[in-house]
This record gives sequence, structure tokens and C-alpha cells, in this order.
Amino acid sequence: MEANTLIGSHSRPPSKAGALAKRERSLAYIMLLPTFFIVLGIVLLPLLANFWISFKPVTLGDLRAAQPVVNERIRPRPKAAGDEGVLRYRVRNSSKKDQLYAVSFTDVLPTGLEVTNLHESCRINGSVLTCRLGDLEGGSRLDIEMETRVSQVYIDSGEQARASKPVLAYEAENSLTNLEFSLDNFNKIFSAREFWQVLRVSLYYTIFGTLGALVMGLFAAQLLNTAFRGRIILRGLFLFPYVAPVIAVAFAWVLLLDAGPGGTFNAMLQQMEVSDGPINFLGKRSVDIHLFGFNFAFPVALTTVIIFESWRYFPLAFLFILARMQSISSEIYEAAEMDGATPFQQFWYLSIPQLLGILSILFLLRFIWTFNKFDDIFLLTGGAAGTRTLTVDVYEQAFAVSNLGAGAAVAVVVFFVLLFFSLIFFKFSPKDDG
Amino acid sequence: MRRFQLPITAGVIGAVWGALWMVLAGITMMMVSGLVFTPPAGLAAFLGALMALGILFFVTPESRKFPRLIGLALLLVFGLLMFGRMAPFGLRLSEGIWTQAGTMLLWAGLSVVSAHLCLEGFGSQPVRRYLYELLMLRVLKGLGLVLFSVFVALPFYVMVMTSLKSQQSLLANPLDFSVNITAPPDELFRSYIELFTKFHFDTFLINSAIVSVVTVFISLAFAIPGAYAVARLRFPGQAFLSRSILLIYMVPAIILVIPLYAVFSQLGLRNSLVGLMVVYPATTIPVALYMLQGYFRGLPSELEEAGLMDGLSRVQVIWKITLPLAVPALASVSLYVFMIAWNEFLFAFMFLDDLDIFTLSRGVVSLNSSEVPRQHLMAGAVVATLPVLVIFLWFEKYLVSGLTAGSVKG
Repeated sequence: MEANTLIGSHSRPPSKAGALAKRERSLAYIMLLPTFFIVLGIVLLPLLANFWISFKPVTLGDLRAAQPVVNERIRPRPKAAGDEGVLRYRVRNSSKKDQLYAVSFTDVLPTGLEVTNLHESCRINGSVLTCRLGDLEGGSRLDIEMETRVSQVYIDSGEQARASKPVLAYEAENSLTNLEFSLDNFNKIFSAREFWQVLRVSLYYTIFGTLGALVMGLFAAQLLNTAFRGRIILRGLFLFPYVAPVIAVAFAWVLLLDAGPGGTFNAMLQQMEVSDGPINFLGKRSVDIHLFGFNFAFPVALTTVIIFESWRYFPLAFLFILARMQSISSEIYEAAEMDGATPFQQFWYLSIPQLLGILSILFLLRFIWTFNKFDDIFLLTGGAAGTRTLTVDVYEQAFAVSNLGAGAAVAVVVFFVLLFFSLIFFKFSPKDDG
Repeated sequence: MRRFQLPITAGVIGAVWGALWMVLAGITMMMVSGLVFTPPAGLAAFLGALMALGILFFVTPESRKFPRLIGLALLLVFGLLMFGRMAPFGLRLSEGIWTQAGTMLLWAGLSVVSAHLCLEGFGSQPVRRYLYELLMLRVLKGLGLVLFSVFVALPFYVMVMTSLKSQQSLLANPLDFSVNITAPPDELFRSYIELFTKFHFDTFLINSAIVSVVTVFISLAFAIPGAYAVARLRFPGQAFLSRSILLIYMVPAIILVIPLYAVFSQLGLRNSLVGLMVVYPATTIPVALYMLQGYFRGLPSELEEAGLMDGLSRVQVIWKITLPLAVPALASVSLYVFMIAWNEFLFAFMFLDDLDIFTLSRGVVSLNSSEVPRQHLMAGAVVATLPVLVIFLWFEKYLVSGLTAGSVKG
């Protein structure tokens, strides 16, 4: 009862409860704050930034922002007191195309170095030289020259004019943060003919990869639902593809399916006399198949990556379905047995309806995650031979073609397709287990 | 009631098992011995069908004991030799006699046992539909178990065996995975030794371990208070948060990679392990939080209330009461997060340029070039896989419950 007045909601005096509730609320917010910040910084803001970038003509090279570079020297090098030389600062814009604004530098002149003819854009205050150069075009450079004379002090100190580095100040336009926007990226990706092909491949891959993983998972769960010796070992083995790093299994598949000399799977097929020559499972776009008078192009590489996807992710479906199946009470099966239902009838009329809930959730979740998948296809084919999905396209545009803006634009498309599916998922997800 | 005749079914069952085991036994023996031959699948199917019919008609269900089955298997071998004109594999028997004999015995034994297990209890009489379906189910399960196991294990088998071979022998016979176990270890494990001495895999291994462990700790440090708040404390938006936190998990890494690449480049975080240790927890915290809050909700709140009554603060309650009770969930979450961080590829690939800060994922990609022999690539894959598989097998119980509890991820 006492506990109730502290924590519960019903039997407490309103004023004290208000204060407690407030304290509880602020405690909750404090506890959630770290999570909030890291998610904001690494997930939500980048998400918004991605939208921002997608409206900007930015390439990979623009990430190295323009900056001035300065070089200093005296010629001829003074050797004795009274020698005259020309002190030169050469300022260069590191970027070929971006302008720099209000470039200036300050430098500490060594003692004993006297400037006899000050450049008009420079001032001397004590031993500090300040020069204001104004704007600097992309790719341009500027020389500031002034005559100097040295005294014995300079020679004695053995100091060099370059000993103190000039300090630069400037304003640069960052092509990521400026307010120039354009729809060029979207125009570019939507007008490219392969974009629709990429979208189609994406959906094809997602649908069949998801179905493949689910059907395999369902089948595997059926196999391991009954108790037998070695079942635990097999369950562990069946989870291997999911637990192992993608990098390892993808390369294992690449070598296994290699069409060149040394490809194990092709050697097997030929040894079994199934195929005459090596089949390039990951490199061949399609083969023409004539079946019942129909001709169609069977996509070889795409099918291979779909099989890989099913192979790698069936363990998840398997685990979920197995867990669900073992929670079904055996009574309904016993009752069905009494009524003379055959094994297949039991599976079809009892198991499947019980599994429908988990199957549909799994389908939606796997659908979204398969759609998001990048590593698998990237490592298997690199998006070649008709396997380029939207996610691979993001990489190709942004980093292979170095057009960050276009990559971000494809990522925006990915995001919206995903949003669509997520809304469906939320609509279908049961309230109790979220 | 409709009765089902068994002879054709039994014949088909025998044929399928005969052909399947011939192919599998043949490939296995080829891989083990390095001898190359073509397993006669058609002949094996024919003999398998005869064998199954033999079991059905000439051996009563009660008398199908071990000696008779052995006799049947020997009969099968005899049949294979006869119909195969003493050279069933297209080779003279003297060539690799042990390999050929091994293949035949393996094939015959497995075929007989499989057919026997399927037909157990079935005689030559027609059966009702229930029993017929039971028979079908046995066959499907048997075939499924064999094919599934092969399908799942083959890539791993090839991975391990390739890493122990040399380039020349692989190119000469890609089916030959025979490994001379008696060879001195530095010969057998040459690829591994070279990876660790010449390809900096020792550094990669340490980097991967550091990044993964740090990710686990950061994720827990962030997710535990958050999960507790969502599970136990009342505040506006609690219900919304407990449902929507997983939505964040749905945001694909590929969308985040461009902005993070751009920003981290300008901040100087990109080519560093610190960058990874910021990004990985951010992607794992939502799911860790989701899994933990589910578990916290299931804990009895009376204990915590008692603690509060005794004058403990919230933080003390969490530390002294909730967390000790939640150890299994913490283990699941830690293992799951560790696995994700260890296996992560995209960010490691995009962010890391310098050899001395590569993680294993990034390091293995760097082996994927024509200058590096493929057994090195596979040895790298084994090195990357082994720790996570060992951990998985060790803590399978926790990881499995972690996977089922929170893994909506791929």
C-alpha cells in the first residue's frame, strides 16, 4: 500500500503525486537523453542531411574544401649584413573551382629583417606583418613581393625568414553548406533508363529473396520440430549462415561458384554431367529458355543472389517459426488425430493457420530488410550482370561515379519506398508484441 | 476407404535415395581422395528402386534387422559391380581401389538405411491415406535434412578446405579437397601463418575485437537506462517510444553512409576506429533498448518497489535489483550487438583507409585481389568467422533467445 502511494497512480494525494510524477518524468527523460542524442546525431540528422545533399550538385572531390596555401622565401638569400633580398609570399587556392573570400595572413618577421618597400596591401605593426589579399579565384595564385634588407643581428641569429609560418585567415564557401539547391540529381537519376531497371531488380530481389528465406525457414522448422538425435547440432548448423560474417560467406560463395578454373561447383556439375561447360552463375545476365513455346530470358546472376539471400537469412525465419511451432499446444493435434486427420491435413489446416501471424510479420520485416540489403549483392557481383539494386546504385552513384548528390538522391528514393513498406508494417503489426 | 498401393511409391523412394546418395557419396569421396570420376546416378537410382522393392516384398517388417540390411547393402554393391561391368565409375577397379570401394559401401549403406527408415512398418499390403502420407512425410523429412545440411554446410566446408590448399592444386583439380593432415603444421597452415606475419591480420583481429567490445559496452551503457525508463517510468510519449524505437532500426545503413561519410570526412573522424565506435552503437542501441525493455517489463516490479521503500534511489534500484535479475537478457543483447559489430562491413569498408586500423571485414576485402592467392582469402574468411562462430556455439542458448527476441534485423 505504501509502495502504491509512491509509485502507483490511484491512491495518492494529488499535490504530492504531481511532484512525484514530475520527478519520474524528468528522470525518464534524463535516462533517455544519451540514446536520444546518439540516435539524433548518427541516424536522424544524417537522414535529413541526406535529403539536403540530394538537392545539391556535390561530388566526392568537393569534400576536400577549398583552402589557401602559402609559401614564403627570400631571394637572393642574404649572406652578410646589409644584403638586400626580395621577400615573397606566394598564396595559392588549393581548389580548382571554388572561390576563397577575404584571404589574409599574418607573419612574424625575424629580428634584423627590415622591409624597405612595403607592399600596398600589407601593414607592419612592430614585427608582425599583416597582408589582406581579398578574394582568390579557384585555381589562381597571388605573389606578394617586397624588398628587404638585413642587419648583422639577422645573420648572427642564423634565423630564417621561414622560421615562423604565416597564419592564414579566409572565408570559403563549403559546397555542402551553401544555400544553392537544384533538382539536377533527381532529373538525372529519373531520366536514366537503367533507373527503372534498377527499381525492378530491387523489387524482384526483395520479393523472391524474402519468399525464399521464408519458405526455406518454414521447411527447416518442420524438419527440426520433431525430436531426434543430433537435432541440437543441426539447429546450430542451420544458424551458421546468419551468424557468420557476410564478408566470409559471400567470398566463399564467389569462389564456390567461380566459372574459371578452380571453381568447385562448376567442376561438380561437369563431373555429374549436368552441364557441358562452366556456368558463370554470378556473371551471366540471362539465358534464353524455351519452354512450352514460350521464350523468356532467365536471369542467372539475379537468381543466384536471390538464392544466396535465402540461404543467408532463412535461419531467422527458421528460428521464429520453430519457436512458434513449439508453443502450439499438442492437444489440437491429438484431437485432429482422433478425428482421422492425415499428416498433411494437420499441417495445412492446423499448423499453417497458427503460423500465419508470425509468417506475415516475418514477411514484412524481411521484406524491408532485404530491400535495405547492400553488402550481399555488392560483395557477390558488385551490381553487375543485372543485379544492381537501389542500394547498390546508391553506392555506385556516390562513390564509384563520385557523384555524392546523385547517390543521395537514390537514397531518398530508397527511403520513400521504405517508408511506404514501414507504414504497412505498422498497420499490420499486432499490438501485443509490437 | 481408398487404399494406396505401395510398390511404385517404394520404387521411387528407393530410386531417389539411391541417386542422391550416389552423388553425395561420390562427391564426398572425390573431395577426400582427390580421385576424379563420374558417379553413375542413373544406375544407382535403378538399383535403389530394386532395393526398396526388395525390402518391401521380401523382408517382412518384423525381420528387418541389422544383419539383413547389411546383406542387402552388399547385394547392392554386387549389383553395382555387375551392371557397371566391373567399372561402375568408369575407372578400372585397381585405380584408387579404396576410394571406389569406400564410395560403393557408403552409397549402399546409406541407401539401405534411408529406404529402411522410410519404409519402417510398411509391408506389401496397400495402406490407408493416413499411413501413406506418413510415408511421404518421412521421405520429405529425410531428403530435407540431407539436402539442407549439405546446402548449408558446403560453402563453409569449401571455405575451410580451400584455406588449407595451395593455388596450383586447386586449379589443377577443384574437386580435390584432400588435405594431407600428416604434413607439418607450418606447411598445412601456411596461408594462416602468412596472413598473420605478412598481411597484418594480427592487427585486424585486435582492431575488430576492440571495436566490437567497445560497441557492446557503449550500447549497454546507453540502452540500459533508456530501456528502464521506457519499461518502468511513466512519461508522456512512453507508449509511442516503445513502439517507434524499432522504426529507427529500419533505417538502412546505405542512406546514412553518404552524409556520415561527408561529415566525418570534414571532422577528421572518417579514417579512424573512433568513427566506427560512434556509428556502430548508434545502429545497435535502438534494438538493444527494445530487447531490454521487453525483458524489464517481464520482471516483477514488486522487488523494485520494495527497494524504493527501503530508501534506495532509482539508480541503486537498477544497479542492485534490476540488472542482476536481467543477466540473461544482458547476455543476449551483448552477444547480439557483438555479432553485429564484428560482422559489420559497409561502414568499415567506407571509412577505413589505413592498413593499421582495418577491422577484419575490411581486411578480408583487401585480400580480394588477383595478386593475393585465393587460399589466403579463404583463410582470412575463416579467421573472421571463427571467433564469432565459437562465441555463438558457446553461448548458443543466449544468442538464440536474443535473435528471437529482438532480431528483426538482417
